[in-house]
Amino acid sequence: MTISAEEIYDGPLYEAAKKVYPQKVWGTYRRIKWIVLWIALGVYYILPFIRWNRGPNAPNQAVLVDIAHSRFYAFFIELWPQEVYYFTGLLILAALILFLSNALFGRVWCGYACPQTVWTDLFLWVERFIEGDRRDRIKLDAAPWTADKIVKRVAKHAAWLLIAMLTGGAAMLYFVDAPTLLKDMVTLKGPFIAYLWAGILTFTTYSLAGHMREQVCLYMCPWPRIQAALIDNDALNVTYRFDRGEPRMSVKDSIKAHAHGQAAGDCIDCLQCVAVCPTGVDIRKGAQMGCIQCGLCIDACDAVMTKVRRPTQLIAYDTDENRERRKRGEANVYHLIRPRTILYAAAIALTGAIMLYALLTRTNSHLSVLHVRAPLFTQTAQGGVRNGYTLRFSNKLSEPGDFTLEVSGVKGATMTSAMAKPLDAGQLTVRLDPDSTLEVPVYVTAPADAAPGKSTPLTFTATDAKTGERSVVVDNFFGP
Amino acid sequence: MSTDPVQVDRISGQTTTGHEWDGIRELNTPLPRWWLWLFYLTIAFSFAYWIVYPAWPLASSYTAGLFGYTNRGRVAEELAAGQAARMQAAAGLETATLAQIAADPKLTEIALAEGKAAFGDNCTPCHGSGGQGQRGYPNLTAGRWLWGGTLDQIHGTITHGIRADDPDTRASAMPSFGKDGILKPEEVREVANYVRTLGGLEPEQGVDVAAGKKIFADNCSACHGEDGKGNIDMGAPNLTTKVWQYGSDISDLIYTITYARNSVMPAWGKRLDPVTIKSLAVYVHSLGGGT
Repeated sequence: MTISAEEIYDGPLYEAAKKVYPQKVWGTYRRIKWIVLWIALGVYYILPFIRWNRGPNAPNQAVLVDIAHSRFYAFFIELWPQEVYYFTGLLILAALILFLSNALFGRVWCGYACPQTVWTDLFLWVERFIEGDRRDRIKLDAAPWTADKIVKRVAKHAAWLLIAMLTGGAAMLYFVDAPTLLKDMVTLKGPFIAYLWAGILTFTTYSLAGHMREQVCLYMCPWPRIQAALIDNDALNVTYRFDRGEPRMSVKDSIKAHAHGQAAGDCIDCLQCVAVCPTGVDIRKGAQMGCIQCGLCIDACDAVMTKVRRPTQLIAYDTDENRERRKRGEANVYHLIRPRTILYAAAIALTGAIMLYALLTRTNSHLSVLHVRAPLFTQTAQGGVRNGYTLRFSNKLSEPGDFTLEVSGVKGATMTSAMAKPLDAGQLTVRLDPDSTLEVPVYVTAPADAAPGKSTPLTFTATDAKTGERSVVVDNFFGP
Repeated sequence: MSTDPVQVDRISGQTTTGHEWDGIRELNTPLPRWWLWLFYLTIAFSFAYWIVYPAWPLASSYTAGLFGYTNRGRVAEELAAGQAARMQAAAGLETATLAQIAADPKLTEIALAEGKAAFGDNCTPCHGSGGQGQRGYPNLTAGRWLWGGTLDQIHGTITHGIRADDPDTRASAMPSFGKDGILKPEEVREVANYVRTLGGLEPEQGVDVAAGKKIFADNCSACHGEDGKGNIDMGAPNLTTKVWQYGSDISDLIYTITYARNSVMPAWGKRLDPVTIKSLAVYVHSLGGGT
């Protein structure tokens, strides 16, 4: 089978994005969305200003990503670079929570809490405030460039840019002391890198929330694709109950149809659900990738149904399972607790417990030992055998730390180090600055008569004088 | 198969691209136009990149770009910045004495880091990466020092070298006892066997060790001491330890006594700056220095 040249279809491979003009709507889900929006923005802007006392040698900002000193602070938690694996736990936890929320309520994240949704909502509110509702905006777009249109456009973009700047600027507050940086940035004394990143984030906020909007969800975000693979029959999704709505017709037609004894659905085909949709989809076509399940169409439809005196919830959070059951004339059932949700919840509990355990058992000091490989050992003038070790002490407290180092496992072994002071009992003592690490080369010498073998386990024990915390590391002592 | 080029899929209502494989047609799902613009933007970006950065090779050079950026220049800048940061950290070493450095953990930490790097660059070929030495080159970790193991003595040895081209160099010469006819071959063998016993090693069967002892007292003790414990003022090794710089076999010792060794170390004062030499002294002392 060959394809002739005429068969090659010469249609458009690219298309202009269809502009969406979401209409104003009011109702339960809109109210929830506003509440989530204000909580999210409130947390975002207030968090960097919360103080947390960590003593004189550590920053007092509750949440701080201190890149200059490679430390991360979150209230009582302080993480060092070698502990970033905690973030792996956080990411696993976030993914599992997303899975669970998806199994229970579909794309509740997309519709309510995703930053793209939150900021788009905010930008839409500004747009509506300045340019008017859906109809006005469509008209304004089509109108010629009059003074009024120019004023409105300039005002809108200025307001958007202002919000975007506040968004990008606030992100910087998480990286250095917030009040200081805020003062510096406002008085134009801030560091260049802060302005640069604030500028980059201003640009992304302005373009993603102002211009890209639903295009981000449709073409950039991977989550809709993953979500499509995770969905099941029992998840609550924003659903048009077509068993009740079809065949759709106007109120007048439905009266006629009823008079003739014909079936008529509750949907009056007013297209309000499409008008209010922030991504411009028609929910009546069923579950689809473009739907972020924000529930605004439910609010719109409920308002219309109330007006035409029909029962609300023609569009509602519903499951595929119930749609099938109603077809068979059975009652709705909701399986919020089912193997999938139990599994996700258990995985969340397990991950959370492991992370909590790791955090609670996190030590304030640490010792790591590296055996010097070249040479593995040397012989001393007296015939003893000497091994070199590079020890690294960590003091994670915000005050100086004194450590006592002991060695055991090889009879008569003695320690020497240029970086540590010897104590009477053959131990060494090391002093560390607050919140720091120190590399200490240590030489361990076994006397000639101890005759250690080719390889003998050797134990280093570092005791924190203040807390009594002990770090024990076992290495090997090599000999001829 | 339909010959109609534009086919419309019955289920989705979408048109196809016109491509068909085994009866399977591909739906035409147009990309958004802005995606295409992004692609054009990347092309525009590449042109800007050519103009700003070095890009095109020419016959004997290349287009240098607007700001004359080069990777080598960047490396040089970073090295200079690193050097400046190091100098700042090492500034304290410049004025401090060796004793002050040793007493201050912060200065010791910097000196050890500097010294370890300088040791790797300059000393490792002879003394080994860990200062363990090798045949003919002293082991710096053993605690046996030819010219003394205090900080100042080590510093002096590094600065002026041993038998080096330096007026203050450490200098001494062991006679070639056998080659110059001071001792007869059998006397050399006897004293060599005696020297082995000083270090706790077994002498050869049938050799008169007592005669060797007498030869040692007459010829060697002036430098190596009556008890063979050496003399750091002359760089005469302590012969009673377990460490043998040129080997402990009888043949090694006979060769040493017959021809003498008198090895050489360069005077590093001419090659390295004072801070580096101080750091080296601190580092070498940390390997196994004494007081």
